[in-house]
Amino acid sequence: MYNENIMKIFKEAKNAGMLKGASGVGVAGNAKCGDVMKIYILVEGNVIKDAKFKTFGCVAAIASTDVACDLIKGKTIEQALKVTNKDVLNILQDVPAQKVHCSVLAQEAIAEAIKDFKKRQEREAKKNAK
Amino acid sequence: MKRIYLDNAATTYTNADALQAMIPFFTNEHGNAASLHSYGRIAEKAVSEARAKIAAAINAKPQEIYFTSGATESNNWILNGIVRNCPHKRVLVSAIEHQSIMETCAQLEKDGYIVEYIKVGSDGLLSMNDLVARLSKPASLVSVMTANNEVGTIQYINSIASLCEQRGVPFHTDAAQALGSIMMNVKEMKIDALSLSSHKVYGPKGVGALYVRDGFKVDKFMHGGHQERNRRAGTLNVPGIVGFGAAVEITMRDSGVNNGRIKTLREYMISQVQEKIPNVYLNGHKTQRLVNNVNLSFAGAEGEAILIMLDMVGIAASTGSACNSNVLEPSHVLSAMGVEDGLNQSSIRFSLGRNTTREDIDYVVVELVKIIKRLRSISAVKAK
Ligand code: FES
Repeated sequence: MYNENIMKIFKEAKNAGMLKGASGVGVAGNAKCGDVMKIYILVEGNVIKDAKFKTFGCVAAIASTDVACDLIKGKTIEQALKVTNKDVLNILQDVPAQKVHCSVLAQEAIAEAIKDFKKRQEREAKKNAK
Repeated sequence: MKRIYLDNAATTYTNADALQAMIPFFTNEHGNAASLHSYGRIAEKAVSEARAKIAAAINAKPQEIYFTSGATESNNWILNGIVRNCPHKRVLVSAIEHQSIMETCAQLEKDGYIVEYIKVGSDGLLSMNDLVARLSKPASLVSVMTANNEVGTIQYINSIASLCEQRGVPFHTDAAQALGSIMMNVKEMKIDALSLSSHKVYGPKGVGALYVRDGFKVDKFMHGGHQERNRRAGTLNVPGIVGFGAAVEITMRDSGVNNGRIKTLREYMISQVQEKIPNVYLNGHKTQRLVNNVNLSFAGAEGEAILIMLDMVGIAASTGSACNSNVLEPSHVLSAMGVEDGLNQSSIRFSLGRNTTREDIDYVVVELVKIIKRLRSISAVKAK
């Protein structure tokens, strides 16, 4: 079902794990397949310095989150928001049709992580303003 | 790389003697069993011998056995052949049937028939109360599988069939997984129809049978020639049928030895996994289960990911059932048993076979420990 490339990414899953002191965490899940993804980002200035993931899910879900982390590392927040599931799919190469939604989830997890980061920033700003 | 096959509920290898028995019917004795010449007669003789062997295995009469392309066809046949022309227009099946029953029922529902799904308990056993309640209204047929393909739970078919008989409702059972693992006696058990498959009992793929009790009227499903006493059309798969017959004979002959050995390995595997891996749950009935079925949920690790990682180290298992491998929804069997979605997604079925050894199990356990540890360490949900 999966090509060698996806299998390799899945097996290595080099971005897997928790990110201590993350500036934002995004969670995305799909009720139908039950998969859950978490993406952690570490932001310095406006740049994503590091990204990691934790995923409960299929091979495509794990590979998608791993690729998503690679895609946003080194990017500014604005650039990272432009990363889509198409970019993830491009790297995974021919994903089975029923597994395309896994890459969409990864995109959602990125967006959620950035949202969380911005929320934390605002809170921080408010605190400082007081 | 070492390869270990623990997916015998999906299909088995073909027994060497059964394969040998088949070969002449591909070559020198390639006749059509319906032909009148010597080629045909030799083929026909081989078919009747196979029929007798299969009948003997379930205590049926040879003329009550109809060959099909497999249990899927048998299941399609019985449902369509009973329900479509019955005035009651209502059929009762268990909530944990194989897809070949479930999908046929879905089609019947689309065509306006009423299908009701009988509840099962958390161990997969049919709720007798629910069955009795539903039997208070007339029904065309009740179909409950003898043993479940995913979790291995074996039903009390005797009691279910008796209840149906008392209410005058015909009873069918899909015994594809059960044959060889438990004793089937259609006469004593009061079974009106029963589906069988060859490739689950070390016979070739593409052949199966439907037992239909003498005097029980089932409409035709496959139309064409007058084969099988004009009840199932289509040229008989002579080599397949011969292999099926031989495989069943061997299965019955050796069942005592094989089942005892495999059951010991099953218990060994379950205890080893539960001892070495925390938060593992056995799905299905603890004792009332197929000798070769081990269905486990590894909390916090997802089934497909486990399956693929097992495959990377040469171990073949399955999530739910092989027929389910391409769908996203969790197993309908585990859902019907009330297993929560997370654990449903975390389930893996290992089905042991005649050539499974203790060393195989030891290897699998060692690899499983590593795989589950790894997947849990990268999982977004907690193992509990
Ligand atoms: S199957 Fe849903 S995320 Fe992969």
